[in-house]
Amino acid sequence: MINFDMNLLTAHLSQSISVFAPEIALLVTFIVALFMDVVFKKTRNASGYTVCVGLVVTGILLCTQCGVKDNIFVSMLAVDPFALFFKFLILISSLVVCLMSFFSDELNKDDRKMGEYYSLIAGMTFGMFLLTGATNMIMIYLAIEMMSLTSYVLAGFTKEIKRASEASLKYVIYGSISSGIMVYGMSIMFGASGTMNLVELAGLISAGKVAMMPMIVASLMIIAGFGYKISAVPFHFWTPDIYEGAPVTISAFLAVASKTAGFAGFIRFAQMILTNDPFLDWKIVLAVLAVLTMCIGNLSAIWQNNAKRLMAYSAIAHAGYVLMGMVVMDEVGISSIMIYLFMYAFMTLGAFAVIMLIANKIGSEDLDDYNGIGYKMPVLGAFMVIFLFSLAGCPPTAGFVGKLYIFTALFESGSQWAWLAVIGILNSVVSFYYYAKIMRNMYLRGDANDTVERYSFSSASIALVAIITVPVVLFGIYFGPIVEWANNSVALFFN
Amino acid sequence: MAIGLNEFLVVSAILFALGIFAIVTRKNAIMVLMGLELILNSANLNFVAFACFGGMNIEGHIAALFVMILAAAEAAVALAIVLNIYQNYKHVNVDEVDSLKD
Repeated sequence: MINFDMNLLTAHLSQSISVFAPEIALLVTFIVALFMDVVFKKTRNASGYTVCVGLVVTGILLCTQCGVKDNIFVSMLAVDPFALFFKFLILISSLVVCLMSFFSDELNKDDRKMGEYYSLIAGMTFGMFLLTGATNMIMIYLAIEMMSLTSYVLAGFTKEIKRASEASLKYVIYGSISSGIMVYGMSIMFGASGTMNLVELAGLISAGKVAMMPMIVASLMIIAGFGYKISAVPFHFWTPDIYEGAPVTISAFLAVASKTAGFAGFIRFAQMILTNDPFLDWKIVLAVLAVLTMCIGNLSAIWQNNAKRLMAYSAIAHAGYVLMGMVVMDEVGISSIMIYLFMYAFMTLGAFAVIMLIANKIGSEDLDDYNGIGYKMPVLGAFMVIFLFSLAGCPPTAGFVGKLYIFTALFESGSQWAWLAVIGILNSVVSFYYYAKIMRNMYLRGDANDTVERYSFSSASIALVAIITVPVVLFGIYFGPIVEWANNSVALFFN
Repeated sequence: MAIGLNEFLVVSAILFALGIFAIVTRKNAIMVLMGLELILNSANLNFVAFACFGGMNIEGHIAALFVMILAAAEAAVALAIVLNIYQNYKHVNVDEVDSLKD
């Protein structure tokens, strides 16, 4: 595998580094942002602007990688269109989260030093980039730890607020347990096969050279690690607590970017390892996970009275819809997952942005305090309604397109998964109830006739929410390019 | 009796079980973190034992090194968070830090 000819190795490394440019740009951003905070002490958000610029530069470098398909650093990482799609998605959500953070009163209170915050976001993005392309088990573990360690700190960044510190404690304990179990599973997998490389491992497994018991136990342990990241039931118990306690921006980041990266890693692992397993049909396991995740996520969300907690259960339910796409696990299924995650990113970021702006004004995320708030903020209220309709999957919004492709993929794969699609559709109906609950509180409770004084929002913050609304509406009507992009990425992934 | 691969695997499985047991039963956050270290070290023992006795390549040793480094990083972050909990609550009892719940 490895040729120890020094010249070849050097050539391979320099080739790897040139393909690794976007990640290097992120690392440079991470370090520069820390220094910017020290150098420009007077300028608030100096490091925030640096990270935004760094993310844009990373995006430009990513654009140069269209169509590149390579294995870099002695097959540690794969650079392919599949990873590129997820990297773009993660990059967009990091940028939006950075911009959202500028407007958060909770974060910017009392002249808090924000340098570490923004540089940790760049670091977390780096970890997620690695996870999208990891083709070696030790790389998967490193990438997951890179994004976890930074997110533990970010969840408790407002450290004088009790619930934030509680959230970070729960997150660090649950997160370390799940990654510990995952690495124990990897050690068993290594013992059973003798390799950490997923490509070699896939060959050994399909040749039947890996024993049954270690393979099943190790796969279950590794699924537990991924399941934690994508908050699939029964590994979801941390999600509501952490989303409620963490700053709103970080909840949005965890709900979108972290979940997307987790799915990218999980799909690659499942596609290479689980589908080759001759002993057990893992599709059944994934289908059970999907049903549990959808049902428990949606049914628990009904009883919630806190907007962030409700969004957490909604994020769990959406992970269930995406897991349905993983059950199919062919080109159509994976491209439907990519379309779904793309649509999901914008509507979730938008909903969290509005929740954050409301919390800036009323200092609470309690749904009872939302009574009649739609009349005090007509523009933002209208945007929120669009996001909620999209999350519920109503046409003509982006959420409908995502759900449509997932269900189509299930029906196209044959009649054996039709029952799963039916459960999914029933769940979407249930989900409409609790999204409608937010809208009911915003518009139907409280007095519309009173001369209510309106909240004033800075035009920049309204512009940000408006920009997030554009893709939610646009991709609900004109979704051809996204579908084509996803299909092309998957086609190259399978060859 | 010669000590072979099986003995190492049994010890690592016991360590793993003890780690889970510590996490489930201990109330003190520091004790929970020690349980986590046990889990990570049981994985390390597995990696090294397989690489040594299984006649496999060096990857196992390298993996163990990486896991050790990450365990140190994780402990650093976790201890900082526990310290913050102490400043807010004046105790580090995991069972009593429960204001966030359904």
